[in-house]
Amino acid sequence: MAANPMTQFEVYRIGPEIKIGAFDISFTNASLFMVISSLAILMIFSIGSKKNSLLPNKVQLLAELSYSFVSKMIGDTAGPKARPYFSFIFALFMFVLFCNMFGMVPYSFTVTSHIIVTFGLAAFVFIGITIIGFIKHGFGYLKLFVPSGVPAILLPLIIIIEIVSYLSRPMSLSVRLFANMMAGHTMMKVFGGFVISLGIVGGWLPLSFSVALTGLEILVAFLQAYVFAILTCIYLNDALNLHH
Amino acid sequence: MELEAAKMIGAGIAVLSLAGAGIAIGNIFSSYLAGAMRNPSAAQKQFPNLLLGFALAEATGLFGLVVALIILFAF
Repeated sequence: MAANPMTQFEVYRIGPEIKIGAFDISFTNASLFMVISSLAILMIFSIGSKKNSLLPNKVQLLAELSYSFVSKMIGDTAGPKARPYFSFIFALFMFVLFCNMFGMVPYSFTVTSHIIVTFGLAAFVFIGITIIGFIKHGFGYLKLFVPSGVPAILLPLIIIIEIVSYLSRPMSLSVRLFANMMAGHTMMKVFGGFVISLGIVGGWLPLSFSVALTGLEILVAFLQAYVFAILTCIYLNDALNLHH
Repeated sequence: MELEAAKMIGAGIAVLSLAGAGIAIGNIFSSYLAGAMRNPSAAQKQFPNLLLGFALAEATGLFGLVVALIILFAF
C-alpha cells in the first residue's frame, strides 16, 4: 500500500507556538517556504541589478529577462495605462512563480497548493481592481455590467450573468492555481508510490513516467504563474479602459 | 446504499469532467497547429493566447477534480 498522497500538503508548526487571542499565528512550513521564495526573489534582483554591465552575466540576464517579459505582457494586454501597476503585477508573478518552482524541489512544500493562499492573492487582486475601477470611473464603472449592442429584452438577463461572472472571478482565479498545483503534486506522489510497490522488476515504467511528469509539472508551474498574472492584467484592463 | 460506497461513486462521476478538459485541450492545440501551418509568421504572436486558452480549458476540468477531492476528503 502506497503512502497517502495527501500527506505532502500537511501544514505543521516549526518552532514555538504563538497565539494572539483565538488565532494561531505560529511559524509553519508554509510560512518558511514563503519566506524562502521571497528571499530568493530579493537575492536574484539585488545581485542582478548591482552591476549593470552591457554584457550581462547570468543573474543579471535572468533579472532583465523576467522584467522585460512581464513588461511586455502588461503592455500587450492592459495597455500603457497599466504602467503604474507594473510593480504589483511583477511581484505577484514572481511570487507565484517562485512558490510553484520551490514546490517542485523534492521534499519541499508547495505554498500555492493551499486554497487559502491562492484565494488570499486572488481576493486581494479582485478587491484592488474593483476599487481602482470605481476611483477611475466613479459609478460609471457599473457600465461594465451592461454590454453595448444588446437588445433591451435580453438586458436584465445579461446584467445578472455579467454580475455573477464578475463575482466569480476571484473564485476561478484561485481555484485554477490551487487545483493545478494540487492535482499535479498528487499525481506525482501516486506515481512515486507505484515505483515503490512494483519494486525493482516493474518499477522502471512508472519511474520513467515520473521523470516525464516532473518536466510537465515544471511547465505547468510556469504556466499557472503566467496565467495568474495575465488574468490579473486582463481584469485590470477592464477596470482601466472601460469601453463597451 | 452505504455512505462510503456512495462517496466513492460520486467522486468517480465528478472526475468525468476531466474528459471534457481533455477534448478541449486537444481542440485548442490542434486548431493552433492548423493555423500555424497555414500562416507560420502569425503563429508566434498567438502563442500567449494558446497558453491562456490551454490553462482556461484545463481549469474547468480541474474544478471537477476539486469536487471529487472535496467529496472524498472534506465530508
